[in-house]
Amino acid sequence: MAHAQTDYYVPHGSHWPIVGSIGLFTTAIGAATWMNGQAGPWLFYAGLAVIIFMMFGWFGTVIHESLSGMYNRQVDHSFRQGMMWFIFSEVMFFAAFFGVLFYARNFSVPWLLGMGSGLSTHEVLWPAYNQAWPTNGPADVGGDFEAMRAWGIPALNTLILLSSGVTVTLAHWALKSGERGKLILWLGATVALGATFLGFQAYEYIHAYHEMNLTLHTGIYGSTFFMLTGFHGLHVTIGTIMLLVILLRCLKGHFTPDEHFAFEAVAWYWHFVDVVWLGLFIFVYVL
Amino acid sequence: MSTATATHDAHEDHGPAKGLMRWITTTNHKDIGTLYLIFALIMFMIGGAMAMVIRAELFQPGMQLVDPAFFNQMTTVHALVMIFGGVMPAFTGLANWLIPMMIGAPDMALPRMNNWSFWILPFAFTLLLSTLFMDGGGPAAGWTMYPPLVLQTGDAFPFMILSIHMMGISSIMGSINVIVTIMNMRAPGMTLMKMPLFVWTWLITAYLLIATMPVLAGAVTMLLTDKFFGTSFFSAAGGGDPVLYQHVFWFFGHPEVYILILPAFGIISQIIPTFARKPLFGYSSMVYATASIAFLSFIVWAHHMFTVGMPTAGELFFMYATMMIAVPTGVKVFNWVSTMWKGSMTFETPMLFAIAFVFLFTIGGFSGLMLAIAPADFQYHDTYFVVAHFHYVLVSGAVFSIMAAVYYWLPKWTGHMYDEKLGKLHFWLSAISMNVLFFPQHFLGLAGMPRRIPDYSVQFTGFNQISSIGGFVFGLSQVLFCYIVYKTIKGGQPASEKVWEGAQGLEWTLPSPPPYHSFVEAPAIK
Amino acid sequence: MKRSTAVKGVTTLASLLLAESASAEYRLNMTQGVTPISHDVYDLHMTILWVCVAIGIVVFGAMFYAVYKHRKSKGAVAANFHESTFAEFAWTIVPILILVSMAIPATKTLLAMDDLSDSDMTIKVTGIQWKWKYDYLDDGISFISSLAPEHNQARQRDSGIDVTKIENYLLEVDHPVVVPVGKKIRFLTTANDVIHSWWVPALGWKKDAIPGFINEMWARIDKPGVYRGQCAELCGKDHGFMPIVVVAKNESDYRDWVAMKKQEQADALASADRAWSKDELMKKGAQVYATSCAACHQANGQGLPGAFPALAGSALVKGPVEGHIDRVMNGKQGTAMAAFAGLLSDVEIAAVITYERNSFGNDTGDVVQPATIKAARK
Ligand code: HEA
Ligand code: HEA
Ligand code: HEC
Ligand code: CUA
Ligand SMILES: [Cu+2]
Repeated sequence: MAHAQTDYYVPHGSHWPIVGSIGLFTTAIGAATWMNGQAGPWLFYAGLAVIIFMMFGWFGTVIHESLSGMYNRQVDHSFRQGMMWFIFSEVMFFAAFFGVLFYARNFSVPWLLGMGSGLSTHEVLWPAYNQAWPTNGPADVGGDFEAMRAWGIPALNTLILLSSGVTVTLAHWALKSGERGKLILWLGATVALGATFLGFQAYEYIHAYHEMNLTLHTGIYGSTFFMLTGFHGLHVTIGTIMLLVILLRCLKGHFTPDEHFAFEAVAWYWHFVDVVWLGLFIFVYVL
Repeated sequence: MSTATATHDAHEDHGPAKGLMRWITTTNHKDIGTLYLIFALIMFMIGGAMAMVIRAELFQPGMQLVDPAFFNQMTTVHALVMIFGGVMPAFTGLANWLIPMMIGAPDMALPRMNNWSFWILPFAFTLLLSTLFMDGGGPAAGWTMYPPLVLQTGDAFPFMILSIHMMGISSIMGSINVIVTIMNMRAPGMTLMKMPLFVWTWLITAYLLIATMPVLAGAVTMLLTDKFFGTSFFSAAGGGDPVLYQHVFWFFGHPEVYILILPAFGIISQIIPTFARKPLFGYSSMVYATASIAFLSFIVWAHHMFTVGMPTAGELFFMYATMMIAVPTGVKVFNWVSTMWKGSMTFETPMLFAIAFVFLFTIGGFSGLMLAIAPADFQYHDTYFVVAHFHYVLVSGAVFSIMAAVYYWLPKWTGHMYDEKLGKLHFWLSAISMNVLFFPQHFLGLAGMPRRIPDYSVQFTGFNQISSIGGFVFGLSQVLFCYIVYKTIKGGQPASEKVWEGAQGLEWTLPSPPPYHSFVEAPAIK
Repeated sequence: MKRSTAVKGVTTLASLLLAESASAEYRLNMTQGVTPISHDVYDLHMTILWVCVAIGIVVFGAMFYAVYKHRKSKGAVAANFHESTFAEFAWTIVPILILVSMAIPATKTLLAMDDLSDSDMTIKVTGIQWKWKYDYLDDGISFISSLAPEHNQARQRDSGIDVTKIENYLLEVDHPVVVPVGKKIRFLTTANDVIHSWWVPALGWKKDAIPGFINEMWARIDKPGVYRGQCAELCGKDHGFMPIVVVAKNESDYRDWVAMKKQEQADALASADRAWSKDELMKKGAQVYATSCAACHQANGQGLPGAFPALAGSALVKGPVEGHIDRVMNGKQGTAMAAFAGLLSDVEIAAVITYERNSFGNDTGDVVQPATIKAARK
């Protein structure tokens, strides 16, 4: 809890936030004009570049301060709690999409099929509709498609992510007991597993688009499928990049057995991505 | 910035950097609090100016000033600006200024991120307001942005969505900072149940924010993909449902309205004991009531959707759950009244606003309770009765609490007393005109005037004219408010440390204005 | 049970008072309506209103008493109490009891509202930007109802018309929906484009009209009369201008009306089979354009930049006639441009296309015959 605060590090003014804001602003304008077809994607990419630049600078500063020992226990606590709540906000972001999937499967599609309170909806508006989940809706949006099976690549990917959860924990144990070789080995394995996962997922997407006619346009099934797995994939990508950065920092010897908050934060994040995948595997693929 | 030379700066009382860069790069909670508050005031003026357009057009039946399309843009942007640009940043500004001082901390826990939380906002609102000048105009589908209508928005559409994403990022980071500060930065001895209620209510508000802003982000992201990437979330043809959006939106939206009122409860719980010269009645039940309201706020969302055709069981559940909120809110109201009971009251401007809050917010709460009765809501829904309800809780609730807070702490922040005469004038003008403005809207709604219409049947003329006149007076009174604040910043009678005779709490142990870094040494807590 | 009678007593007394003070100009309170449901809702409304008023009197009374008595300027000295388990317990329990007593009648009314069994007839109501379409599912009648033309003119910004001189300003339509009294009428609401909400206060409820779904509601109207309402869900630019007029007639008048409507429809259908002259088509087209298209594309065909395209000089309008027919009949997905094939008759579509191709400076000289449209429907 509370500590004597004379040592709590309160940084000087920083210009990274404003750089970040300008980056976000540019990205937003770029994305909006691009989607509107008013301009090409360049402004969007420029904005992203500014954001990446900001992250390098900002994290660079933090790493520097951390290495020069400016952070005491209490600062460390702040970082930990901050990261936890950030992950919680991500959980809620995914919860929204899971909620949508739940609603579509248990309410909107059954109603369109005439179940529950949907009798008139079905009789008057969509009498020909009879396709239960997985479905692309009464108007057959996107045309005939094939649903994604669970017991091929997705099951393999589940194994891969679960193992990566194990390897990152092994790496953490190695770090805590000061075994540098093992740390780098297991962390490297985690990165590799993450990358493999992404490779498989890319393959799965290509397959879906080219052979199964399963796309974002495939009614509610395609929408929920790609939105959930897509945002998850994005998070795996971010997680893998973060793991890679941590791996580099391990190689540079940034962490000690007692002080390695950055490592732990990334590990938490990775576990979060892992858990979300389990949810996806069950609710999107299996059921 | 040279990080190489940075050492433990926290306790050297170096002053701020000079010039504009001070404000852009600052990591100081007081500077950032000031920025938030000024930003909120500007947004309040902009959103208020839009409300004046609405009231002017509604002064008479027939279309006089604006086209229907522009009217809808005014309604929509008025609400977005007031909620996300006015009230929320004002509360965050107060949190920044006050929480570290109230819990005896040197600053917010994550000062650099604190800066970023603020500096996203001006960019987000530039984006939002710029849409008003685009082809096809700004967003016009109401602040609730229901599809499929919102998908008909012109070029403004992606700008609106992305600006909301940015506001969300800002609020989430701001709330993380509040939670971490409260959980990790309290001075030794400042246990949770010793914290001032403002801190408590903000802690709970911050949880609400972190739990719901991401859901809003998800909702608007699906709007974006439905429009540009061919998804069918909100289209029956593809197996989705337009009502699905409403569920997701209100899962955010209902907790959001408590985000707009819980910090107000906190402020009122600080002010009433001070001027009653008597400790707050039922401190711990206040804390539990706040927590109960927050909990209930997650299971009542569909009371905004009674008319969308939910199954009966759903309507009953949401009706009962909503009615339950009256209980913890009632506990709060009764506790405030009991705090005043047998006090030794004086009526400086902050207290006047606080009393008006208790009175008028409760009236808004009563109309809320009437709306919660599902069968009756079949008549009330989407009429001016609802508009009256939420302006009573938002204007004489949230906004009055902010004004009370400004009068209460302004002497602390600036070191100058505000002009009490002008303050009282501002209060009476605001309180009276606010009722002239919004009370007749109850009658309009009951008599059958729908909301979000630019023109109305002649029978509604009388009350609309009264309401508009009240609106103009209320608007002009806020110009007086700006003047009072400006005058106090510029000068005035020096304020003492404690400012108010009955004030309790750590912030009153610091000089007025407080030093750049508040508690370099942790204060002793009794 | 004693209490609830007491509440009822207060309620009726108060409603009498309110009803008395309510002149036509300044109606203060909710309408009592003309259906059993609307009466229940009104009673419920009055009950909860007076309960709130009563609680308000107690709470505000206590507060203002304290404000008046316990002030420093009157020499009041602050007490120091700050909790009381009994009081806090009491003011948790009492509100709960009050709420339960409100919830019981509310639940009853809600269950009655949702009981759709044994209806005598069904009307499907479709919201369309910015008009209503009514389909009498049992009688095969179907028509569109929009804001009456005179009102539509008056509500334009520069109309120069004094709207206060117009009777029922904005609450008048060209074709009201006619219903019999004393029958349980089932209303199915849905929409074509965006969400609307069908609301006639005298019936005691509103129900959202949601594209792709159907909501159900019912009404049994006690007495003949004209009952007015409006769309109650923001549905775009002209949301404020899509009123509803329900005319309730007794059984035999209603039957006459049905017969007349059927005849009208048969005549219209027959007229599609003959060839129309250009003049006829232009005249008819001007009418259709004014009621169905001008809201978006504007009376002068200039549209609204950024929202609705101009038809004057439009490449599509001046181009091959097939493209034009296709756009009007099938609309354009994802935009406000609806598919008019299901909304207008062959004659109307033919006429409006002919009109557009020969107005606003579009001098194509083309004439489109109803037969062409009929063929295109296949
Ligand atoms: C600060 C914001 C705020 C607050 C605090 C509230 C508080 C409440 N609101 Fe409100 N509400 C809004 C902001 C807010 N609301 C907004 C913005 C909308 C419209 C959104 C839109 O559509 O654009 C809205 C709409 C809205 C609706 C939807 C109406 C409709 O669209 O048809 C409903 C329905 O149930 C509702 C109910 C309530 C209830 C029950 C409370 C309760 O919390 C009130 C509880 C308080 C009291 C009851 C008074 C004090 C209690 C006592 C003295 C105890 C004893 C009392 C009894 C036993 C009765 N609100
Ligand atoms: C915190 C939120 C908040 C606040 C503070 C306000 C404040 C005000 N609101 Fe609003 N309002 C909403 C939130 C809020 N509102 C929401 C959520 C909606 C629903 C939107 C929707 O349907 O989607 C809404 C909708 C709404 C409507 C209904 C519109 C419609 O349905 O078409 C109206 C109409 O009267 C209205 C009026 C006002 C007025 C007169 C004020 C006044 O209190 C404002 C006073 C302030 C000023 C006037 C600014 C200060 C002065 C100047 C800038 C100087 C110039 C002054 C003059 C020329 C007199 N608001
Ligand atoms: C609710 C608004 C609305 C109404 C009512 C409406 N339109 Fe349209 N119309 C549109 C919009 C929006 C477009 C542009 C669609 C697009 O993006 O291509 C459009 C496009 C068109 C076009 C193509 C113009 C071009 O240059 O591409 C024609 C022709 C047209 N409408 C005819 C009609 C006719 C005839 C009617 C009435 C029977 C009508 N519209 C009613 C909104 C409307
Ligand atoms: Cu239709 Cu509003
Ligand atoms: Cu709510």
